[in-house]
Amino acid sequence: MRMVQLPAFLQSAARLGMFGPDQAGGELVPGSRLSGPMSWVIGMMVALTVIALAAGLALGNVAQGASADLANGVTVQIIQANPEARQTEAERAAARLRATPGVASVRLVPQAEVERLIEPWLGDQSDGEDAIPVPALVDVLLTGSVDGETLGALRRSVREVAPSARVDAQSAWLRPVFAAIDALRWLAIIMVGLLASALAAAVILSVRTAMGLNRDTIEIVHLLGGTDVQIARLFQRSVAIKALTSGLVGFALGAGVVLLFASRFAELGAGLLSTASLGLGSWILLALVPVLGTGLAMLTARLTVLRALHRML
Amino acid sequence: MNPAPMTSATDAEIVQFDNVGLRYGSDREVLSDVSFTLYPGSFYFLTGASGAGKTSLLRLLYLAQRPSRGLIRMFGTDAITLPRERLPGFRRRLGVVFQDFRLVPHLSAFDNVALPLRVAGVPEKDLLKPVSDMLDWVQLSDRVHARPEQLSGGEQQRVAIARAVIGRPDLLVADEPTGNVDPDMAVKLLRLFEALNRLGTTVVVATHDVHLLKKVPESLIMRLDKGRLSDPTGALRYPPRRSGSGA
Repeated sequence: MRMVQLPAFLQSAARLGMFGPDQAGGELVPGSRLSGPMSWVIGMMVALTVIALAAGLALGNVAQGASADLANGVTVQIIQANPEARQTEAERAAARLRATPGVASVRLVPQAEVERLIEPWLGDQSDGEDAIPVPALVDVLLTGSVDGETLGALRRSVREVAPSARVDAQSAWLRPVFAAIDALRWLAIIMVGLLASALAAAVILSVRTAMGLNRDTIEIVHLLGGTDVQIARLFQRSVAIKALTSGLVGFALGAGVVLLFASRFAELGAGLLSTASLGLGSWILLALVPVLGTGLAMLTARLTVLRALHRML
Repeated sequence: MNPAPMTSATDAEIVQFDNVGLRYGSDREVLSDVSFTLYPGSFYFLTGASGAGKTSLLRLLYLAQRPSRGLIRMFGTDAITLPRERLPGFRRRLGVVFQDFRLVPHLSAFDNVALPLRVAGVPEKDLLKPVSDMLDWVQLSDRVHARPEQLSGGEQQRVAIARAVIGRPDLLVADEPTGNVDPDMAVKLLRLFEALNRLGTTVVVATHDVHLLKKVPESLIMRLDKGRLSDPTGALRYPPRRSGSGA
């Protein structure tokens, strides 16, 4: 038999490729085949998630701010038609409250201020005969938060000197508002969940399409000894690059919308809305959206590929 | 066909088939009662007319397919019940030249040849020399950056062969490996297979080219006819005739 000169490395004792960690180098799956609508969808999902999450966080801030403001507050109304008797009871109630332990401050709201507050709804009430009797108000701030027991004790104490008094925790007035804010926060959380699911679905579809287009390549890598994890890693890497790029664009878009809305609300400068601004912690959380989106996309890609490969020999 | 009983496989036997049958779906069997043993360092030709089942038998050999019935042992292990996670380790001991080459279309000749090494985790710095040497050896050193679509059929075949042998496999399976190359290159490639065979690689070459058989006189011949195996050179007799025992 005629001898041939083999390449030197083939004659060496060691077999190339028989050892070493499982790492597939090179770009086995062409990146362009993973594009299509996935990048756009991820970008849009991240933008919408940022907006929904920002809304949820802002509403949380509103609820937290209002709750903190009102947690220690108690309002005493003197519901008495006779103005003189009303004023007398109000002053007695204020005096009793000032002498009560656990009360930080007591303010008898001037009648003129009360009338000004209700003027937009009931008109000018300073005019004697046609005026509707308006309760006198005592604004009380406790050193601790108001609970049922404290409120009951205050109520009993005040009624001893002012029988027409009605004593309420200020937080009770805003309970329906808190309930509405809570519902909106849950809506934001559900939206974030739905958007994450939609992102995962987009990745699944895209990866399945890419796997279909690259089926021959995947089969070859398999037949050459490639493991499922190696192949999954290739798709993960491709998905990660696209998801992060699209996610950052989506974040910029979402953050822009949030800032625009924030400036519009800031211009209103009204009551509860003034507490709706986002702090540094909230912005850090929002900045994590594209990162978490990328993680979710990678995990989805990995599980999709591994599941599909499991059906192959 | 080999009616002889099979001995239990040992690590010394690369492959053992015992009454293997293969059917696709509910069609008739494309392989029936196939039994044979491949020993380390042997050189086999698998012949037969088109449609005889050569490619199906090779697919079983390179673990792309599980049989419908029968037993297959590879490297001393039952390949039928082998868990999926252990298949890659076995496949890395195989080199396969596909009839349709099956090069990765978007990779260059270099990257296609480097693929088995990359899959096996060989560091990039250790790839350049062996892959370049291999491409040089199959006379494609000037085509390292060409993608399969830019290569002729013969060039693609040489890339496919380089990819199959670069990891110096224990078992080399080649399906019509010289079908698209000129006679000189066909002989050269056959000599490459022989040289690898002398280094201990068991070689199975499927071909319908009878002239090729004569070029490797030490080879043993397995002939497939309508999915059944015959044994013209006594390769499959029990005890089998070994290539080293004077063919």
